[in-house]
Amino acid sequence: MNHETRGSPEVLGAVQQSGRLMRWLNRRTGVRNLLHEGLAEPIPGGARFAYVFGSGLLFIFLSQIITGIFLALYYVPSADHAHVTVEYIVKEVAAGSFLRSIHAYGSSAMILLLLLHITQTFLYGSYKGRRELLWLSGCILMALVLGMAFTGYLLPWDQKAYFATAVGTNMASEVPLVGDFIKRMMRGGAGMGTLTISRFFVAHVFLIPGLIFAFMAAHIYVFRKAGAAGPIHENPVRPRMQPQPFYPRQVLYDLAFSAALLIALGLLGHYLPFELGPKADPADAQYVPRPEWYYLPMFQWLKYWPGAKAVIGIVVIPSVIASLFALTPFLDRGLERRPWKRPISVGLYSLTLLGLIALGVISNRNDRRDPAVLQQLARQEKATADFIAAKFEPEEASRTGVPVLSPELEKGKALFSSLACNACHRPDGGGTAAGAKLKGLGKSQDQIKSLLLTPTKSMVAGGMTPVQQPDHDLAALSAYVASLK
Amino acid sequence: MNTNQNEGLLTQLTLPSPPRRSFLGALLVVGGGAVSALLTVPLVRFALHPIFVKTTETSWSDIGALSDLDPSAGPVRKAIQVEQRDGWRKTTSEQSVYVTRDASGQLRVLSSVCPHLGCTVPWLEEKKEFICPCHGGIFSSDGTYRGGPAPRGMDWLETKVDAGHLYVRYQYFRQLVPTREVMG
Repeated sequence: MNHETRGSPEVLGAVQQSGRLMRWLNRRTGVRNLLHEGLAEPIPGGARFAYVFGSGLLFIFLSQIITGIFLALYYVPSADHAHVTVEYIVKEVAAGSFLRSIHAYGSSAMILLLLLHITQTFLYGSYKGRRELLWLSGCILMALVLGMAFTGYLLPWDQKAYFATAVGTNMASEVPLVGDFIKRMMRGGAGMGTLTISRFFVAHVFLIPGLIFAFMAAHIYVFRKAGAAGPIHENPVRPRMQPQPFYPRQVLYDLAFSAALLIALGLLGHYLPFELGPKADPADAQYVPRPEWYYLPMFQWLKYWPGAKAVIGIVVIPSVIASLFALTPFLDRGLERRPWKRPISVGLYSLTLLGLIALGVISNRNDRRDPAVLQQLARQEKATADFIAAKFEPEEASRTGVPVLSPELEKGKALFSSLACNACHRPDGGGTAAGAKLKGLGKSQDQIKSLLLTPTKSMVAGGMTPVQQPDHDLAALSAYVASLK
Repeated sequence: MNTNQNEGLLTQLTLPSPPRRSFLGALLVVGGGAVSALLTVPLVRFALHPIFVKTTETSWSDIGALSDLDPSAGPVRKAIQVEQRDGWRKTTSEQSVYVTRDASGQLRVLSSVCPHLGCTVPWLEEKKEFICPCHGGIFSSDGTYRGGPAPRGMDWLETKVDAGHLYVRYQYFRQLVPTREVMG
């Protein structure tokens, strides 16, 4: 509060009011303690920009949830509607392309932040000193975020999504014994189809986000239990450095970083909207699938493991690396945190990271050197650009339930509407608030005809009037009603 | 910021002096507000899109060749296919209209929906009248109001002739009002 307004009686009154409201709320909820608990977290050695990545991840995750919920207002998860609904979002709905871009680029941002968060944690040795569960919950969160990226990628059901997922799910079948089962489980059958979209949608929207919430809560809880590790010279178990509270300085750093991220996503979404290609065509034998950048190293890696060796490349080596990575705090137990004093762990980590980057670069270079691939990729890019430039064409709703009728039934159907039977009964035989259901009456044509001529008492009470028409019309109408099933 | 509020807050730790803290707090509020707006405005526009977009982009439905239409003996009932936009899809429904002539002999197309409560009105050849089966509204062969509870005559539809075919723009009208008002 500044000094000019401090003396003003109106402002003073308002502050007292809000103070009273705050006290009322606090006695019932304990919100003040909660706020204190959240904001007073001591950070040994004070706030630093190096610590912003975790909060950045949380912030982008929130943005993904919000944009995701809004996208679900229009999206339909099925093989025949998924693509047209995303196209509708991109081409027709106000701000649709922008929000979808923020969501789609957001997944890349999550993975980039994840890498930065892990690298910072690794270099700072922040997993040391009773922080094994913090690290393990983080590993699970990383797997879940990669799962979100993988499942979300299929949902637009364009060429790129379809073929990238076809390759991705095929990889699972390399797992010994249960591989084929896993693949079928993911796809909802042997091939990719509408059941695959349903499964990926459920994983992307219900299952994985729920798990992320649970593990994020665990991650933050054990983080607060162990306390912030502080700089590399700090003792990770018994901090000695002068602490600074989380609020305000670190909060400001975190929010400034998150705001910069969101602005970057916004600029990307505005100036370089995320692409949407033509609808998936499984029959396209020419298509060259390329995964998103974060799966490119794995994609390249698989090329070195042909045939029977594939199980080593796809299952054994990644499992060993993942296990070593997850067990880091159990294997590297010393309290030394300075990276230059921990050559083995930091060396292995850097090597793995550099290896992944190298694989990505090689994959990209191979594509650029192969004229056939280059040509096909250019063709695919052009197809995508043409598709985006084309005007949106609404999907023709299929006209079901209109069978070809015999002339007699056709006449009966025409009478059904010209005599205004359809004012109370639905033309397909369904009931309405005003009239009973007509399909499946289980009565013969003659029985129906006599009911039309002389309705029963309960029919009259419901508003039915006798149908006074020439006999041949009555015959056609009753034949039509009898035919409704 | 209220000092009471801060009594329980951040007591064990060294805190920045109040003016500095409130400056940072204000910075947070302004910065946070600006960033939220960046996302909120498109989110609101996105969610409200179907409410403000014009979805009643009604198309012309073909009734048939003019040479085949002869309403001189009385109104002729015709079934037409009406295409409508429903979000990302296009639906086709069947509606019935009457082709008739007005007092000056001009072709006129009537909606078969009763302006009273929306029943389908049949043409009764023997009585030479439209009589609504629901509540007995009576209309002449060109749709003019004759009697019954209906507040106005039957609704005429916009037509055009193109390459010898008669086209109609099918629309719905508000019921129970004395004037013909197109519904959104």
